[in-house]
Order: sequence, then structure tokens, then C-alpha cells
Amino acid sequence: MLYIKCPYCGLRAQKEFSYGGDATVKRPNINEEVTSEDWDNFVYMRKSPRGKHVELWQHIAGCRQWIKVQRDTATHEIFQTAKVTEEIR
Amino acid sequence: MSQPFRLNKEGLINRNKKISFTFNGKKLFGYEGDTIASALIANGIHLVGRSFKYHRPRGFFGAGVEEPNAKLQVEFNGHSEPNVNATEMELVEGLSASSQNCWPSVNFDIGAINNFLKMFFPAGFYYKTFMWPKSFWYKIYEPFIRKAAGLGIASLEKDKERYEHKFEYCDLLVTGSGPSGLASAYAAAKNGAKVILAEDKPRFGGTLLTDDVSIDNLSGKDWAEKIVSELKSMPNVTVKNRSQVFGYYDHNMLVMFERVSDHLEKKSKFTPRQRLWYIRAKETILSTGSIERPIVFGNNDTPGIFLSAAAKEYMKVYGVLVGKKPLIFTNNDSAYETALDFKKNNVEPIILDTREEHSSELIDEAKSKGIDIRFSHGVIVANGYKKVKSAKIGKLTKDKNSFEKIETIECDCICVSGFWTPSVHLASQSGNKLKYEEKIDAFIPDKKKQQETSVGASNGSFTLEESLKHGFENGSNLSAKITETKTEISIPNVNEKKYGAHDKFWCMPLPKNENPKRFVDFQNDVSVSDIEIALREGYRSIEHVKRYTTLGMATDQGRTSNLNGLQLVSNIENKIVPEVGHTTFRPPFTPITIGTIVGREVGMEYMPTRKTPIHKWHKKNNAVFVDAGAWKRPRYYKQGNETLFEASKREAKNVRENVGICDVTTLGKIDIKGPDAAEFLNRVYTNAWMKLPVGKARYGLMLREDGIVLDDGTTTRISENHYHMTTTTAQAANVLSHLEYYLQIVWPELNVNVVSTTEQWAGAAIAGPKSRDMLSKLYPDLDVSNDALPFMGYKEADFFGVQSRIFRISFSGELAFEINVKSDHGMFMWEKMMEIGKEFGNQPYGTEALSTLRIEMGHVAGPELDGRTIPLDVSLNGLVSKKKDFIGKNSLGREAFNIESRQKIVGLIPIDRKSSIPEGSHIVQDQNAKLPIPKLGHVSSSCWSVENNNPFSLAIMKDGKNMIGKKFFAVSPLKNKSIEVEVISSHYVDPEGKRVRS
Repeated sequence: MLYIKCPYCGLRAQKEFSYGGDATVKRPNINEEVTSEDWDNFVYMRKSPRGKHVELWQHIAGCRQWIKVQRDTATHEIFQTAKVTEEIR
Repeated sequence: MSQPFRLNKEGLINRNKKISFTFNGKKLFGYEGDTIASALIANGIHLVGRSFKYHRPRGFFGAGVEEPNAKLQVEFNGHSEPNVNATEMELVEGLSASSQNCWPSVNFDIGAINNFLKMFFPAGFYYKTFMWPKSFWYKIYEPFIRKAAGLGIASLEKDKERYEHKFEYCDLLVTGSGPSGLASAYAAAKNGAKVILAEDKPRFGGTLLTDDVSIDNLSGKDWAEKIVSELKSMPNVTVKNRSQVFGYYDHNMLVMFERVSDHLEKKSKFTPRQRLWYIRAKETILSTGSIERPIVFGNNDTPGIFLSAAAKEYMKVYGVLVGKKPLIFTNNDSAYETALDFKKNNVEPIILDTREEHSSELIDEAKSKGIDIRFSHGVIVANGYKKVKSAKIGKLTKDKNSFEKIETIECDCICVSGFWTPSVHLASQSGNKLKYEEKIDAFIPDKKKQQETSVGASNGSFTLEESLKHGFENGSNLSAKITETKTEISIPNVNEKKYGAHDKFWCMPLPKNENPKRFVDFQNDVSVSDIEIALREGYRSIEHVKRYTTLGMATDQGRTSNLNGLQLVSNIENKIVPEVGHTTFRPPFTPITIGTIVGREVGMEYMPTRKTPIHKWHKKNNAVFVDAGAWKRPRYYKQGNETLFEASKREAKNVRENVGICDVTTLGKIDIKGPDAAEFLNRVYTNAWMKLPVGKARYGLMLREDGIVLDDGTTTRISENHYHMTTTTAQAANVLSHLEYYLQIVWPELNVNVVSTTEQWAGAAIAGPKSRDMLSKLYPDLDVSNDALPFMGYKEADFFGVQSRIFRISFSGELAFEINVKSDHGMFMWEKMMEIGKEFGNQPYGTEALSTLRIEMGHVAGPELDGRTIPLDVSLNGLVSKKKDFIGKNSLGREAFNIESRQKIVGLIPIDRKSSIPEGSHIVQDQNAKLPIPKLGHVSSSCWSVENNNPFSLAIMKDGKNMIGKKFFAVSPLKNKSIEVEVISSHYVDPEGKRVRS
């Protein structure tokens, strides 16, 4: 079971979180024209990297904040966590 | 009754307390502190089981977790458990144990014929034999294998025991209380760290209990006792025996299995049987020790053959002799200690040492005690079927490939030692890549992967001095990093015997023309020749050899067999062991009960139960409940002998004719506040929300980004910047997360807050032509006319002194209202409604009637919004704005979503107006067409239309709207039904929606 540091609540067990997918995907702006290729990329296309990956988790059984987690998809090592408004370097 | 193999003095058992038990029906006794194994050996019983494949007689081999053979069916405390390790299970009064895998008895087992047919059971036997013909598999092969395989019998009774889970956090977890573990725990505790010390066995001390050593002038056992009692007195230390750390998981989480009460004769009602500990440790000390490995020789599985350290443990811990004429067969010095212990108890052992004559402290001591030592000797084959009677021994030539001399000598047990294998399971599970240590011919942990530090024998240090030193140092350093305190501890003086070098010898050669089985893996009956076959047949990877031969795959996980198997493979392949590599260690270290894994999450506690504030009333009034997620909802209220069908029809009919009330508390409710709330809703829903006036509700539809419908519901504008959203019961949690996602990540610039208020409001729907009459009685001071409270209107009003919200919304398609009060007042509201509704013929209705009402109205719900439908499919395209952007809008332009003949919602009625159409039925043109019959759609919801008094279903059907008026078949292979149906509009009742507006 992973041990995830919520930037708001501190270290908590994985049980309290729910996974939310790739954090690097950016939704096209609302009310702006978007090509169908860009839209398809946003909706469907995801990389599945082995190694470092920045992903979204939500602290559903805690503060309910969505957070960013930089995790190694092969070893589960977590390098960094951050608020969604912060950058992960 | 005497015990022929029990010593008078030696041992840590309590000779003042006899414990009676039975084995295969025979009444026996042991003492408090015995295991089943030690008690049986004391009684001279060695034959306890039959082997897995050949049904060969098997006895005890080890004295703890390493035991491969002695797995028994054990009955105690009113339950029966298979595959219990006799060397680990403590004796309790009234326990009854019996042998497994034998019929009719362990003494005479018909399956033993396999032993004489062994040429037909080579490695890969099952793979080769049961391949063809294919048709034989289910009827012949599989039942045969099932009958032959498996050892004990699982109980069919419900497990009445209590199991618990516990979460714990500590600075340092120490796994094993041998010398290095005790030293680590002690040093860390002195530094003020929060320490958990876990010991698998009932007694603390590990090898200190059996080794002839002294620490600071105390015997090993006394020193261990002193340290443990000091640790127990410290508030920052948790000391646990009978507790095995069996798994090392991610982020330094370890799982421990505590045997709380199996050893107790009496326990209180709420004492759990076993407890599972999830331990998150900042640092972990792995002091799991090592396990002796055997030397391979002929018939080395005969009862009476033991690991030499096990024989010593039986003497020193249990006061039991494994035999009175022992042969000690060794390649190293440690077995000499066993020999010396035999000698001390007036038993004359003979030592066969594969090494050439030389001297060491222990050898010299054995010589001086007059023990018969034969160098360059080994056991070739053990004689005796159900018990060792003699052994053919040989003097090895210099190259150790053949014999100079062969003779047979009498013995009643053989104690074998092939040196020591560190227990690296936990280290390996943590992700540590192991490295081969040539000095000890075994794998030890390499570079740290998580926060694990191996010390003592599990790290390959086989001297007490080194183990203690590493233990104290690591315990102190690791904890000092955490507590920032360092207490100096002087490392105690140690007195131990010095071992000479061991012999890298692990398998006896066979004389010409002799071919007894030489077992590598006892539990799975894997012999030297099986591994040879696997390699001959081309298996190279050790993982493949393992799977083909089943080497190391039994419940003992190859604790005594892995390294010998690797040696064999590397010898045949002319490789060195590290090139061959090792197989993967996986948790659990030893088998644990399913009950422990499940813990308290069983029966009603399997998942949380959500009850509405009106639940007690429902229960009192004969509601039959249905699970809606975690919620319990009344499905129908049973009157007399009514069936579900009759009751739901009555309830639904009453709504259509009079008025009914339904508990709708379970609907998801989300409170939305903020100056940008309208803009947010406008983006979330497909329809327009900017102009919804205060005091009005609107039906809305939300999509996922891929254009599929996520949920539907109504949202009401309570005040300028305040909205009340409802979701379906099932999607409540998802919708909240969805809204939070967009507010926190995508559009953080929107000033909006959302919070779930599902639990805060109790809700009741009042539906039916008489609902307004009833409402006016519930709110005598309020104008509830169609003008004052029109369809989709909203009002806040006093409900007999309680604050309430009135929504004029309808799911049933009738004139209807929904009242919300604070949860605490839910029951009050409901009872008041029941009281006042009497004169209007009000009856409560459950989810079944609710479904009937919505289905015949053509209102969609979960079965239609099934994660595959877009708004157009369910005829909700009128709610999709063309003017504004919203979540998922761009996807609606996809080609596949705009095909003319795309699936659409329709209604179905059976031609005979009688046969109910099973939900899930497929719609086909011709029921007799050639398979596979093309599927045109499926039936999503079915009901008995109370309005038209015949069955009616909703279906999602290809090009549905153009099929209206045509006839098809609804086929349900599950129910074995095929019903001719006619396609009609999905709005079967009141298609213009007049009633809700009346």
C-alpha cells in the first residue's frame, strides 16, 4: 500500500485516495475552437511511461483536494507531491 | 502412560501440566509448551503423513516454519483446519489431529502404489499426460486431479472465530528476536525510538535458546530473557511473540500475522483468534535468521530423518529425543553441537562428516567426549519404509564422486546438516536484489531498496559476536537518525564455539546400479531425477524449471529445497549458482488463514450500510429492502402474503390513482455556492443555466468528456448564488469528484464551492393525482396551487414547526412534489405524511413501484444511462445546447455519434400482452436465424404497466425510432425465453407530460 503525502494533510495511506489519471493532460479552454485532433488527444491519447510519471490523485477520504503525485510506475517510488496549482519539477 | 522419547529434565516445557490430545484417533498426551510435533515425537510417533505425489510415508523433518512434511488436519475450538504445520501449532487441551493425503489410513495408503509407478510420474507428468483428448478434461482428468491433489479438507462450516485488523506506525520494526534482533531492538529502544519487536515463535531468543553460548556471563537463554523483560517494561516498545511478519510491501509497509488465542485453552468472547497488523515502519531490521539445508541422499525423505538443528531444538526446547541411535550426517561443524547434546543426554551418536579429517574447536570437543566420527563419510541411502532402520553409508573418494567403501549401519534417526541458508524472503520482497555470497554458498541481501537492514544470520553472519555487534550498531544508528538521541551501549562479551570451514558438498553420489529417489523438495515430491529431466527437455530458466517440476512451489516455499535445487541446475548446466539466479520470493512467508485477511469485514461488516433516517419505520412496516450501493432502500412494503409483483403493482397503481410517498433520501445532493455558480453549472450541464430564476428547478444532463451521459438530475436555484443539485443515488460520489475536478484543476478561476449534503437532508416524494390535496393539508398556510407552485417550482416553508424545502419535481410522471427536511426531522416528516395522507388513500411505495412508474413514462435511469449512451440515444438531445460550450460537447460531433441508424431508446410490448420480457434480453429479427444471430439491441428496463395492465419494456435499439410498429423477438438465453414483441414509443403513458404540469 502506497504512502502518499497529501500537501494539505501530510502522509496518509493509499486507502484514503483515489487515482485520477495523467496530470500532464491539459483540457482545451472552454468556449474556444479546438481541432478534432487536439480534442481526441485530450480525451483519448495517454502515454503509459515506465518510470517517472506525474499523476492526479484525490484525497477522497480526507480533504477532498485533488493533488499531483510524481510516482515511478515501475517501482511505485513517490518522488514528490504537490498541490494542483503547483509545478512538479 | 510414559513417553519413551521424553527426557527427564531438559527443555522449556512445563512438565507439571499435562495436555491430552488425539492423533488419528489415538489418545496421547504432551506438556504445556509442546507443539503437536514435539508431543508426537515424545510418544515415538514419526509417521504422520503421506507425500503429495507418490504417497510415500513422511515424518517430521524440521522444528518450525521450515517443515515440509508434517501438515495435519487439526480440530480444536470447534473448527477443523487443514494443512496445519505440526511443528508450529502449539498443543492445546482436547486438540485432535489427523493425517492428510492418505486413504484408508496413514499406515496403509492405497495411493502409495504411485511410488511403485514412479517411472510414470516424472517431472511435467500432468502437463504431458492430461493434454489430450480435449474432451477428457472436464469429465475425467480434472476430477481425477482434483481428487488426487490438495492435502487437507477445508471446512464447509461458517468460521465462527473473530479476526481483527490493526494499523500501527513505528520508528523501527524488528522482525525476529534472535541475538541480532534483540540487540537491534534494545539499542533502538534505548535511543527512545518507537520499536516493535516481532517474534514468530512462542518463545523469544531464536538460536539463543538452543546454542551453547554465553553473553556477559549469562546463558544465551537467560540473556534473551533479561533483554526481553527490559524491553517489555519500556513504554516505547511493543514486544510480540507468536507474530510473524510475512510480507514486505511498498513504502515500507509490512504485514504481520499474530496468533492471538489458538494456544489458549479458554478465551473471552471478544478475543480474536488471529490479528493482522499493517505496520508502517520508518526503518526495518530484518533479523529473520537462517534455516539449515539438508544434504541430498537416497530415500532422504524416510520418517526419522531430521535437520540436525531441529533434532537439537527438540532436545533443548522440548526435552524430546528424535531417536536413540542417531546418525549425524554433516558437511560442517554446527551438527557437532547436536551430537554433543545427544551425548550429554546419554545417547551415543555417530558423526559422518563429508570433510576430510581435520580439527576445529567442536571436532576436538566431540573427539574428547569419545564420539565416533567418520570423516569423508556420508549416507548413501536410508533403509526402512515407515521409519529409518539403518543406513547404507559410504567412504567417499577424494573427488567425492564415488566410494572407497560401503557398509550398512543400524540407526533410528539421521540428523542431517548441509550448512545454513539465510532467510532473505522479506528482504527480497522489499525489492532488494540478492547477491550470492560464495563464502556461505547462499544468497544474502544486496543494496537497500526500501528502508530495510538485514542483520545477523539473515545477512550471512553466522557468529554470535558478529550478529550482536551488527544488531547493536544498526539498531542504534538507524534509530538515532529518527530520534536524534544516541545512548552509548557497550557491546557485551561473548563466549561461543568457533566453527571451522564447511564443505561445499550438497548431494551424495549413487553407487552403480542403485537408483533410490533422492528428494530435493519434499513437500512437492521433486527429486534429483525430475530436475535432470526438466533440463534434458530444454528448460533453462530457473523460473521455468520451477514451474515444470514444481520445485519450491509448495506451501513451505522451498525453504529447505531452493538452494539444493539451484546447485543441481548449476551443476548440470556447468554454471555457477549466481548465474542460474533464484526464483522470486513472494508473500506470505508462511500460509496464513483467509479469516485473518478478511478480518472483521465479513457479513454485515463487509461494507458500510447506509440507512435513511426513516429506515426504522420502513422496517416496522414490513419493507423488503434492496441494496442501492451501500444504501438500504425499501423495495416494496409487503402486505399479507403479497409477492413482489403484487405489492409493487398495488403501490404503483395507488400512485397513479391516489397518492403515494417514497423515501428519496438516498438521492445524491450537492450544495453549490459562489458568484460563478451559474457559469459553472452552464459548463457542467448540456443545457442552458444562465437564466434560471431564483426559486426554480431545472432538469439537467451531464456528460463525460467523451460525450457519454454521466448523470442526470435536477438543480434548484435557492438564492442568487446558491444552488441545490441532485444526482442519482448510484452516481452521487462520482459526480461530486467530477465537479471538484473541474473546480480545482480545470477552472480554478471560477469562484464556486461544492459540498455533499446527501446525509444532511431527508427527502420524501409525494406523487399522484391527489398529491396537491395532500400537500395543502401538510402546508395549511401555504398557497400550493399550480400558479403559486408550478411545475419545476420551489418553495421554502414551515412544516409543522420544522424548516422544509418543497420542490415540484417528478420522477414518476405524476403530479408530484418532493419535500426535504433536515435529516433529524426525517422520521417526523414521514410519520406526519402517513398520518395526514390517510384520507387521500396515501400508501408508501418502494423502488420497484418507482421503477414501474418511471419506465412506463419512458423516463431514463441507470439501466439506460449505462456508460454507453449519448443524449441522442436516450432521446434527451433536446437538452443539448447548440449555442454554448460544455463538458463533452466537442465529442458529440464524432462521426459514430451521428450515424442515422444509431441506437435509440424505444418501448416494447409483448404481442400476447402477457409475457414479461426479461431485462437484458437481446432483440433479434429472426429467432431461428443461423448463429450468431445479429443483435439489434437490448432490453434495458422492464415492468408491468399498471396504466395499461400489460408488460412494458424500454430497450436501446439500433435505428430504434424507425422500427416503431415493427415486430421482433426479445430473446433471453439466460431465462430460456423468446418473446415476440412490438416496438412502440418509449413514452407509454402520458406522452405529452400533462400530468406533471396539472
